Formats: sequence, C-alpha cells, structure tokens
Amino acid sequence: MNEKPEPILRAENITITFGGLKALDSVSLEINPGEITAIIGPNGAGKTTMLNVINGFYKPDQGRIIFEGKERPKHMKPNVIAAQGIARTFQNLALFTGMSALGNIMVGRTMKMRANIFSQALYWGFSQKEEIEHRKVVERIIDFLQIENIRRTPASMLPYGLRKRVELARALAAEPKLLLLDEPMAGMNLEEKEDIARFVLDANEELGYTIALIEHDMGVVMDICDRIVVLDFGKKIADGTPDEVKANPEVIKAYLGTAGE
Amino acid sequence: MTFFIEVLFTGLMVGIMYSLVALGFALIFKASEVFNMAQGAMSLFAALALYGFLEQYLHLPLWLALLCTVGAMVIWAYAIVFVVLKPLVNRPPLMLFMATFGVAYLMEGIGQSIYGTQAKGLNLGIPDETYEVAGIFISSFDLFFAVVAALLVFGLVWFFQKTRNGRALRAVSDDHEAALSVGIPLLKAWTLTWIIAGVVATVAGVAWGTRLGVQFSLSFIALKSLPVLIIGGIDSIPGVIIAGLIVGAGENLGEVFLGPYVGGGIQTFFPYLMALLVLYFKPYGLFGKEIIERV
Repeated sequence: MNEKPEPILRAENITITFGGLKALDSVSLEINPGEITAIIGPNGAGKTTMLNVINGFYKPDQGRIIFEGKERPKHMKPNVIAAQGIARTFQNLALFTGMSALGNIMVGRTMKMRANIFSQALYWGFSQKEEIEHRKVVERIIDFLQIENIRRTPASMLPYGLRKRVELARALAAEPKLLLLDEPMAGMNLEEKEDIARFVLDANEELGYTIALIEHDMGVVMDICDRIVVLDFGKKIADGTPDEVKANPEVIKAYLGTAGE
Repeated sequence: MTFFIEVLFTGLMVGIMYSLVALGFALIFKASEVFNMAQGAMSLFAALALYGFLEQYLHLPLWLALLCTVGAMVIWAYAIVFVVLKPLVNRPPLMLFMATFGVAYLMEGIGQSIYGTQAKGLNLGIPDETYEVAGIFISSFDLFFAVVAALLVFGLVWFFQKTRNGRALRAVSDDHEAALSVGIPLLKAWTLTWIIAGVVATVAGVAWGTRLGVQFSLSFIALKSLPVLIIGGIDSIPGVIIAGLIVGAGENLGEVFLGPYVGGGIQTFFPYLMALLVLYFKPYGLFGKEIIERV
C-alpha cells in the first residue's frame, strides 16, 4: 500500500493566464495508473482549464507535463496527444451531431486505425478488413455501456443522458491510457448519475482504465474516486484520499466560506 | 409533352453542372466554415491547366494531362491550407472569407500570366452528336458530362458515408475540438477537403470549358451556384446536388414556358428569383441545418 507507483501523468507548476486572469497558478498534480482521480473545486477554479492543458487544447505559460515518464514538447498538437493515448469528453457535449451514435464511436477509434488518412483509398481491401476488426471492439463498448438500441440513431436526436453516454463510448473506443471526463454527470437525475458512476467504476476496475474526472456531486466523487485534487481560484488547495480531503480545513473554507467573508 | 420533357432534360443536364460547382462550395464550407470565393477561380485554373498540359505547352495524352491537372490542384490545396488558412486558424469566418477572395485573384492572375488572356477552345474529343430517344433530342456531349458528374457525386457520397476518412472529414465539419480530441489532424483534414474540392472544380471547369471555351468569365459560374447554395442549404451535400438540378431545370423551363410572356431572357435571373422564394419560406434552404441558438 505504501509503495508509491510511478504516475502516468505528472503536471508540474502549471501556470496559464488569460488576459490578466491567472486561470491556473503553479498547479502540480499527479495521476496514478489504475486510479480514478477527481479534480474538484468551486466554479471558475480552473478545473476544465487543467483538463484542456492535459489534452493539449491550451499551452501553459509555465510548467511542464510529463506523460509516461517523458516530458511533452511545448507545442505538441492535441491530435498528437490524443494519438499518445489521452482521450476525453466535454463538459458541454461535443458529439458529431450529423452522425449516428455508432458513427461517433467509430470516429473515436481513429487513432487505432492504421491506414493513413491519404492511403486509405488505395488499400480498399485492407481497410475493409480493418473496419470489421474495429467494429468488433466498438460493439463491445456499445454492449458495455448498454446503448445497443440507439446504435443507428442520429446523435442529434438522442436525449441528453444518452448523448453523454455516447460521448463516453467515443472516448473509450480510443482505448486510452488516460481518460479525461469533464463533468460526466452534469445535468443528470439521480438514476442517470448512478448509471454513469457505475460505468466509470467498471471502466476503471474491470477494464483497467486510468481516469481523471471533474465532478460537482461530492457524494459521487467521495464514493468512486481514489484520489482528489481540489482547486480554488486557480490554486491547488488540497490533494489526497477522499477522507483526507474531507477533513481539510482549506477545502471546507473554499466550499462553505468562513465567517466574516 | 415530349417538348416539355426535352426542355426539362436539357435543364437537368445544365443543373448537374451547377451542382458540381455548388458541391465544391458546400464541401469546404462544411469542413472549415469558410465560404470559398475561389471555387470559381479553381475551376478556371483547372481548365487552363488542362489546356496548358494538353495543347499550349506540353502535348500530353489526355489521361496524363488530366492527372497533371489534378496534381496542380493538389499543390494549390496544400498552398492554400498551409500558407493562407493555417495562420488564420481560430480567426472569425469573415477573415477566412476575405482570404479566399485573395486566393481567387491570385489564381486568376497566375493563370493569366502562365496561359495568357485569350479564350481557348478545349477539345477533349468527346463526340458532340444529337440522338433522338423516344422523340426527345439528347446531346451526347451533355450526356457524357452528366454521367461523369453523376459518378463523381456518387463517389463522393460513398466516400463520406462509408469510408473512415470520409467519416473523419464529417467529424471535423461537425466539431473541430471534438475531432482534435479523438486524434484527427485538422490541417490534414482541411487539406484533404481542399483537394477534393479541387478535383470537383477540375471536373466542373473542364465540363464548362469544353462547352463554352476556356475563358476568364468561367470564374463567374461560381455566381450561378449561389442560388443553388441558397436553395439547397449550404451545409447539406445532398441538398446542393438536388438544388442544382432544380435550378437547372427551373431556369430552362422558366425560359421556355414563362419567358415568351415577358419578352424572354429570364434565364439569367430566374434562379435568383427561385432562391428568394425559398429564402422566404425556408431561411436555411430546403435541406440546410436550422441553427437554433439559445439565449
């Protein structure tokens, strides 16, 4: 238990400024393989910014990201980072609305397909075979998330809860080394939340995925996460197991405010 | 009745050409939300290049000349994406739109300085005969390009619906960030889109060039496709194909059957009239995606 595993991702002293606002101020965090790490904090604390830095949408002004023991070059593009094995979902849903649920999930496997974007037309037979292989994996994911009956439904016609699930499926389809979930349960009712919480937990325990997620529902976070990082106004104020974080006076202050504020 | 069908048929043939040009617009608009003003110039340049490879500078066989022309359009695609669009990523669409204006003038200018300004006859050796089928006269020339255009359209539909790259391009056109997050390289996807638009422009340019001669007014066929885009909805690929047919058939039928009452010559503006009518009832076009923004 006490043996410290080598983290799959380490962010060191990440600072990023938008205009005059320090969205992240020298934040360091570690994500250990096989764990579920939660990033929590009040609105505007910099949680999504942190996720955007990890998956490469934002380039930090200072600090570095070490993924699988290697420092990431400063200007690595998000699609290259995705190819290295970091997949994500979005807070405000970013499905390809013009496609079916299945189409969306198949696109998630882009990185696993070998045929190059330009050569594909030339090797018709090869890519046909490849397509079938990938379809099998995708069907397992569809099975896992219990969305068999909406396979052919256009994403734009799905209700919110199912869209979230399809987005999760798309991220899982990439078989990522690190899965980032930005508020996977936002806007859901209790039953839907429990479903997603179970999927996240199963993805971690049964399929062995390393997950970092942002979530506001403290009950869920305390239940399913191994470790919690707390951000407030762009600074890290706590980092530890759910029990440690729960007892941290800084966290209580950030969430409930203190007298005289 | 046969006369009506004949007029309709001729209109549809022309309509396919409109679809082709409009298709180029729609492809690029979907992938990068750029309204590409250079689409007409691309058609012109392709026709000029083919003429250059075929008759003016090199006397290549037709298949090789076509291949070289497509090659030239591929080079343009790379140049446009990496030199013009890449520095403008994440800028407002209006800026990209203005940039394509520049590209259009650049293409025309380069075309003029390489190939000269006079109109050229492009002869691909396609027989121009008229057949009579069930009392309807059909030009073999029109029929040939109609078949080529139809094949191209089916090919594109197949590519976008059935292949992984087509899916990737559709993904990019739906949501840039999400596409990046699953590992689709944006610039490569854009380049591929511009290459496809270049190929479409080649077919359109060659078809119009053989019909009307290769001349600089060719880049104005782009204007003819504006009503097509309005009627079909600029973000719908099947929409613009159908709208092209509607416009082609509509303007020909209008000219023949309504024209005499107002003194003729309505062909030039009839498509715009149709577009206005569509705008009145369906502001996003017949097949366009309705954009509902929440406030």
